[in-house]
Amino acid sequence: MRGLGKDLRTGLIAIVAMTLVLGLAYPLVVTGISQVLFPGAADGSKVSFAGRVVGSRLIGQEFKGKAYFHSRPSATGYSGDATFFANVGPNSKEGREEVRENLAAYLKLNKPYDKGLTKDDVPVDAVTNSASGVDPQISEANARIQARRVAAVRGLSLDDVEALVDGAVEGRGLGVFGEPGVNVLELNIALEEASPLKGGN
Amino acid sequence: MAEGYVQIAVFFAVVLAVVKPMGVYMAKVFRNERVFLTPVLGPIERLTYKVLRVRPEEEGQDWKQYAKSLIVFSLLFWVLLYLILRTQGIDPWNPRGFHSAPWDVTFNTVSSFLTNTNWQYYGGEVTLSYFGQMAGLAVQNFVSAAVGIAVLVALIRGLAARSGSSLGNFWQDVTRILLYILVPISIVAALVLASQGVIQNLSGYTTIHTLAGGTQILGQGPVASQEAIKMLGTNGGGFFNVNSAFPFENPSAFTNYFELFLILLIPASLTYTYGRMIGSQRQGWAIFSAMAVLLMAGTVVAYMAEQHGTPAQHLAGLHTHAMNGSSGGNMEGKEQRFGIASSALFTAVTTATSTGAVNSAFESLTGIGGAVPFSNLGFSEVIFGGVGSGLYSMLLYAILAVFIGGLMVGRTPEYLGKKIGAREIKLVALGVLVTPLMALLSAGLASATPAGTRSLYAGFNPQGFSENLYAYLSQANNNGSAWAGYTGFLQPHGPGNVGAYGISFADMLGGLVLIGARFLPIILVLAVAGAMAGKKVSPAGLGTMRTDNPTFVFLLLGIIVLVGALTFFPAILLGPVTQGLSTRLF
Repeated sequence: MRGLGKDLRTGLIAIVAMTLVLGLAYPLVVTGISQVLFPGAADGSKVSFAGRVVGSRLIGQEFKGKAYFHSRPSATGYSGDATFFANVGPNSKEGREEVRENLAAYLKLNKPYDKGLTKDDVPVDAVTNSASGVDPQISEANARIQARRVAAVRGLSLDDVEALVDGAVEGRGLGVFGEPGVNVLELNIALEEASPLKGGN
Repeated sequence: MAEGYVQIAVFFAVVLAVVKPMGVYMAKVFRNERVFLTPVLGPIERLTYKVLRVRPEEEGQDWKQYAKSLIVFSLLFWVLLYLILRTQGIDPWNPRGFHSAPWDVTFNTVSSFLTNTNWQYYGGEVTLSYFGQMAGLAVQNFVSAAVGIAVLVALIRGLAARSGSSLGNFWQDVTRILLYILVPISIVAALVLASQGVIQNLSGYTTIHTLAGGTQILGQGPVASQEAIKMLGTNGGGFFNVNSAFPFENPSAFTNYFELFLILLIPASLTYTYGRMIGSQRQGWAIFSAMAVLLMAGTVVAYMAEQHGTPAQHLAGLHTHAMNGSSGGNMEGKEQRFGIASSALFTAVTTATSTGAVNSAFESLTGIGGAVPFSNLGFSEVIFGGVGSGLYSMLLYAILAVFIGGLMVGRTPEYLGKKIGAREIKLVALGVLVTPLMALLSAGLASATPAGTRSLYAGFNPQGFSENLYAYLSQANNNGSAWAGYTGFLQPHGPGNVGAYGISFADMLGGLVLIGARFLPIILVLAVAGAMAGKKVSPAGLGTMRTDNPTFVFLLLGIIVLVGALTFFPAILLGPVTQGLSTRLF
């Protein structure tokens, strides 16, 4: 039979010991091993262009103008350090207006380079907010539409740009899981390497 | 949609394949037998008992002693976690110099992590230091999971014991669960996640000059170590505010399924452990089947609903059908790498298992898709449920089903050969009703008072009703996911808790619900275990109602759905179902 005092004493030792082991030793050991075995991944999978770190392969960025592939809409301004959901409800009037505006903007941007483009061809990911605000990917359909514009603006052949898109496609996990997508930052880096943009557009 | 169903089927097949080996392993751990890790961890285990000054083999506890140790332990940890979070400004590993959050938000957060809920009114990356996340919250991810499993083990021992009143020793159970199950698997899982791009460092946030000439600050931190136990312990509290949608927590479709696997690994395998410990594998599979049916049904409904798109999208002129190179569907608040199928699966699995993680925005789910998390919570987290807590709640339902079945055929109800008496069924009924009662009373109170409605984001419409109901449903069921517009914390002047204040009503009510709905059922479950321990086992005869066949699974499903539906159907009708059946916008 144990008294309350004994439980209190055991409990006090237990919470201190567990905090030290589970709260400090465990994460620090995992940090140490990760930093030795997977330094790039553990530090955020950063990618470089022209010798300079330009972002993380995993974190989407904002791209404006006609010469780049654009990321999905973001409610957070593509923030990597203060994230939140857009929280647009399924029956929300604001949600309808937002999709309408995104659709119109997408068509305005891309239709001049793809005369047959209608709103029926616009894939859903192009006009809806991602969950994280920094979705690194767009759908293949979205990339193919934007490829015509990017090729025309940069003076590249459509085939060349399509080939760059193919190179940036990330397939399903183990060939089965999730959805394929195109990594926008890596695609735009490849684009810059193929045809550097001078002085903006 | 074929690719979607294939990946869901493959996933369930993998889970099914590990149920037996993992179940057998855990049974050995709970029976204090040798396992393959004993040569390495045995000395540490003995050292732990020495440090804690317990002699487990001499100190079997009856249900009251077991409960007392559990409550003392939890209470002490509540105080320690509160102190850690209140002193954030002077603690180490705080590269952004964050101050403590307001006291009421801390009250809610502490109660939330202590109860394996991980409901979050705060955004981790803008309010918490690395120290607070590691030494404060992640410790509770381990400990609250271990406590949940310990209660289950005590209940199983009570159901199986034919003599005596001992349910085991609480300190020994928690030690062995941590040492042989949670810690080793977490280490391996954290390294797998880190290899795939989940970050694991103690650096300050990095400022990047982007390709297009902008700037972007990248959050950093010890994420992989926390992510592993967040999933394995069915906790769900994100290091980042958008949880497993953020690529640094969940970088790829592979990690998404790996995290899902970690979530189901223990709750699914525990059904096998249960069968083994009571000496009838069929009993375990019967429970497993009932859980699996409900989980798969929820997954399919969510997938079909999300694939359909929303009224707002259709009325805006967007075509949400699949096309070459796009999955179609409601991609609002979802990530491209997950798509519709694995977002729907994640939604169903996390809400069924009391894991508050999300990889998509619940507030942006379709009406019917959103009804799936509501229903899963309405079934009181018995569909696999939280580690330990899911199965102990399910066993209460099983006893209830036996009782109702016994009434229908006019026999004395028995479970596992033990007669269910008046005392047991009273405890069981209370245990089944506590959670729904707390959910409905608190949600009602919050939606009817000005202090409560301050937390609403969507306003006075079905969406706002859903936010409010889900908030209390989630906290009462110790789940932790949210219709995330609902808030109890405001940060008007930017990150770091500067000028931030809490909405005391939501924080306090939520915190009290969290604690009540966790510890009242635990005490009731232990009381049931105590009442069942030492009961005589009568041999099964021709007239015995069997509890290991499809008929019983069907009866059990009926009871769960009936209790859940009778309790929550009217409320769910007013929220997500109204939205699902209407194309009106508001």
